[in-house]
Amino acid sequence: MNRTVQKYNTIMTGNEAVAVGVKLSRVRFISAYPITPQTTIVEKLAQMVADRELNSRYVEVESEHSAMASVMASELTGIRSYTATSSHGLLYMHEMLHWVAGQRLPVVMSVVNRAIGPPWNIWSDQSDTMSQKDTGWMQVYCESNQEALDTIIMGYKIAENSDILLPLMSMEDAFVLSHTTEPVNIPEQKVVDDFLPELDLSFRIDTDRPMGYGSYSPPDGPFMELKKDMHDSMEKSRKVIRKVTEEFAEATGRDYSGLVEEYLMDDAEYALIASGSLASTGKYVVQKMREKGLKVGLLRIRFFRPFPGEEIRKAVKGLKGVGVIDRSLAFGEKGNTYLEVAGSLYGKRDTPLYGFVAGLGGRDVKIEDFEEMMSIMKNREPGSYWINVRGGE
Amino acid sequence: MVMVPVTDVSSRANKTDTWRTQKPVIDYDACIRCMICWKFCPDDSIAYSTDGNFPAPNDRIAKLEAPVIDYDYCKGCGVCANECPENCIELIKEEVE
Ligand code: SF4
Ligand code: SF4
Repeated sequence: MNRTVQKYNTIMTGNEAVAVGVKLSRVRFISAYPITPQTTIVEKLAQMVADRELNSRYVEVESEHSAMASVMASELTGIRSYTATSSHGLLYMHEMLHWVAGQRLPVVMSVVNRAIGPPWNIWSDQSDTMSQKDTGWMQVYCESNQEALDTIIMGYKIAENSDILLPLMSMEDAFVLSHTTEPVNIPEQKVVDDFLPELDLSFRIDTDRPMGYGSYSPPDGPFMELKKDMHDSMEKSRKVIRKVTEEFAEATGRDYSGLVEEYLMDDAEYALIASGSLASTGKYVVQKMREKGLKVGLLRIRFFRPFPGEEIRKAVKGLKGVGVIDRSLAFGEKGNTYLEVAGSLYGKRDTPLYGFVAGLGGRDVKIEDFEEMMSIMKNREPGSYWINVRGGE
Repeated sequence: MVMVPVTDVSSRANKTDTWRTQKPVIDYDACIRCMICWKFCPDDSIAYSTDGNFPAPNDRIAKLEAPVIDYDYCKGCGVCANECPENCIELIKEEVE
């Protein structure tokens, strides 16, 4: 993102920025159950609805499963709908995530990434959303409060595209973004209205045309075709994402460059791949390393679903080493991003690949941790390594 | 256009009569046309009929709409028989031919 053209007009936390994004998107139905560190998003939205600043229904429910179920029902009536959650709340929604995606509903949800217990831990970690990566939802990992606001608006436009019609979850890191105040530019309502048209859901519930929703399909029914169609839409969404981020850049001057962000990659010999706010520390380290003469770049994964395999293959071509940082892992395997990167390179690139599992349960990933990753990439065999863990890797 | 799992035919196309192990049969001579069975049937398998050809306890009731079970879709759950205030729906065991 080109930071030099940024003009900020306020300061706010990531969660406030998300709530403002929801308001600007003219969401008409919100249902949620509070959970740290998501709470202040829905608290702010409930206040906006109570103050009639936002013309929306706000429905309190007894659980996240019900929150997603009611959002599914409202979206089916053709109303733009929203919810937000974190961690265990997201896991509790799991079944309904499949329902919303399978029913082809363009819901947008915010997830504030938080660790999964035990032991009880409320800090930043991507295990919650990584465990939902295969539910048919698009996934975006934001790096700044500004991006968190803008992604809600872009998210609805991508999800509601008639070739896509899949839900989207937009992530912020617990506390580092959700509760930290940053400069933010709030776009004007008119700019958002011109960018994001009203939702027109062709198959919405219509009492004059009663239909069966989510009804039964035996093995020789359309079940398999419906799943393939979801996959085809996910594949097509890459093009839509690139187009929507371009349109957003034209409207606001903020260019999110599609599925990934490349940072000093042009002449790089080594690269780090990261997502979320870890990428910010990564960029700082990349600058410092370059001052010392090491040609390093960083590739920030914004979209994890659809996965930006094409972008990654292009970016890593000819590099001496690529290090993938993961704030979650598949037990008995490696970091989730590492596995996906390896999958997209297999048979096409033989770039030495390193995986770094770091920062679980909100443990800080410090500058010296990044330096250690760089040193591993220069001196050791490709493979997966633990960073800053007691008792050794 | 994307494929959506929304249809106006699937619940009609997928007949569920073979799911039945017992068949509800209405005794129209006792049925008072209260339509409680219609209201409770979880599969919407009971309809109203106005053709007036059903037996009835008396002439006045004979003029009312009568409940008719659609045996293509009735799954034989027995809810109607359980709810009928006149106890005039009998469940008969289905035999395999
Ligand atoms: S047995 Fe069950 S499904 Fe059949 S008509 Fe009675 S209530 Fe409906
Ligand atoms: S519930 Fe019994 S009495 Fe009432 S309409 Fe149905 S069969 Fe007749």
